[in-house]
Amino acid sequence: MIRVVDLHKAFGANQVLRGIDLEVEKGTTCVILGGSGSGKTVLMKHVIGLLKPDRGTVFVNDVEMPKLEGLALTEARRMFGMVFQKSALFDSMTVLENVAFPLHEKDRSISGKELRRRVVEKLEVVDLAESILPRYPSELSGGMQKRVALARALIHDPPVVLYDEPTTGLDPITTEYVDDMIVGAKQRLGVTSMVISHDIASSFKVADKLAVLYDGQIAAQGTPEEVRRSQHPHVKKFLSLWFEKQ
Amino acid sequence: MTPGGFPATFRRVRRIRDAIEDFGEMLFFALDTLRWAVRPPFRPELILVQMAAIGVGSVFIVTTTSFFTGVVLALQANYAMRQLGAEGYVGGSVAISLARELAPVLTALFVIGRSGSAISTEIGTMRVTEQIDAMETMAVNPVQYLVVPRLLASLAMFPLLTMVFDALGYAGAYLMGIYVARIPEGPFLEHTRTLVDPKDIFHGIFKSLIFGAVVAVITCWRGYSASGGSKGVGESTTRAVVASSIAILLVDVGFVLVTVGSGK
Ligand SMILES: Nc1ncnc2c1ncn2[C@@H]1O[C@H](COP(=O)(O)OP(=O)(O)OP(=O)(O)O)[C@@H](O)[C@H]1O
Ligand SMILES: [Mg+2]
Repeated sequence: MIRVVDLHKAFGANQVLRGIDLEVEKGTTCVILGGSGSGKTVLMKHVIGLLKPDRGTVFVNDVEMPKLEGLALTEARRMFGMVFQKSALFDSMTVLENVAFPLHEKDRSISGKELRRRVVEKLEVVDLAESILPRYPSELSGGMQKRVALARALIHDPPVVLYDEPTTGLDPITTEYVDDMIVGAKQRLGVTSMVISHDIASSFKVADKLAVLYDGQIAAQGTPEEVRRSQHPHVKKFLSLWFEKQ
Repeated sequence: MTPGGFPATFRRVRRIRDAIEDFGEMLFFALDTLRWAVRPPFRPELILVQMAAIGVGSVFIVTTTSFFTGVVLALQANYAMRQLGAEGYVGGSVAISLARELAPVLTALFVIGRSGSAISTEIGTMRVTEQIDAMETMAVNPVQYLVVPRLLASLAMFPLLTMVFDALGYAGAYLMGIYVARIPEGPFLEHTRTLVDPKDIFHGIFKSLIFGAVVAVITCWRGYSASGGSKGVGESTTRAVVASSIAILLVDVGFVLVTVGSGK
């Protein structure tokens, strides 16, 4: 379960988050929508403790993330997987080493063969062939990097997964794969996830809950149906622009 | 009034305050590195990779420069001492200045240019492309994974390269002294033996150990605290090279004041 309480964050004079309250039930998927620069990534980085709030706090499975430091914070991160917006693959490591990294670091007794088997298995889920294992991230397309990053975030079957725009830059077919993967992880493993998305169609498909970030606050949250009926002017505009296109 | 008036003065004051703050943060970073160095898991394979990177990266420049340093020192010493009829002391005096000063200091400066800049660029790039953040989210402490191996590898390689510098520098001096300056070999070696105490060699090697720690901490810290894209990485690398070079010279002066100054 993820619980964000009265979260405030500013960078210098730029007040990015001004009082976010959000709850994601265990085993459900919450999609965060919002314009570019609205603070979605900043919110997500608070959940995993990469940023410290100015005010308010975040609980993940009853652990208060901002309170943790050093070793305790490192330990707490074991429950997470996170996909970064720009993939953030280790450019000095091959695809195999990248995807195996969280697993290898979690349990150093796993053999190379077993690591490889599990990496191949996870890459298949995101429609990548075994042949890319020895390649370096710089030799992959942006979409392929994204999918490798997805595989890396899920390789150790974490109970909480944070996806920062997992499908941006992917073609519609791969997008569908990734959506199925997010839903599948929830159904098979009971994963709690938070997904940042610009793709409203995907959002309505994978979300148990939607939240729209606007002006540093949550403008609307609830089931996709509830958010769709929201009377908040920005939310109405945000969604109507998209529904008109359909 | 200073040129630029009050605003310029304020800016300068703020810059000094920022520099002090940055220095304090770097000290905490160094302490943090020590803390993570003694905590499991230990990653010997990463230390070996870094030792190889520093060794392979710097061995060429250290071997060539050390040899020519020895050559030049021997010829200069010969020029000066011959006037006193003391050319027999050339080997010893070169060996002493190499062992106590030139080998550790020049090795450090060359390794900064070759490997220190690489450390800072590599870690800086990982910082601005969020690879360090990503590593944190995978429950791996980046200080432990990235900084500790580089520090330990520097502690091993700086003394090693300094010894290489000592040996090749003396070899250069020997070749020049015996074959070019025609100094009789007997006194050349004999006076080296009497002038140079093993203590002098250990002194230099101990210094290089300190230099290794200083360079590793500064270059890693500059990379670790980089921000602002590839331009930021470039700037932090420049700062790393400048700061660690100056730090080496300051630490060296400190050493000289404490040891030679007190007659030890
Ligand atoms: N480390 C940082 N330092 C300073 N400002 C930051 C930092 N991270 C984010 N910001 C600022 O916070 C604001 C929100 O950024 P954020 O990355 O969360 O946007 P976003 O909602 O994820 O946008 P996008 O959809 O484009 O990814 C921006 O104005 C950005 O400039
Ligand atoms: Mg973002």
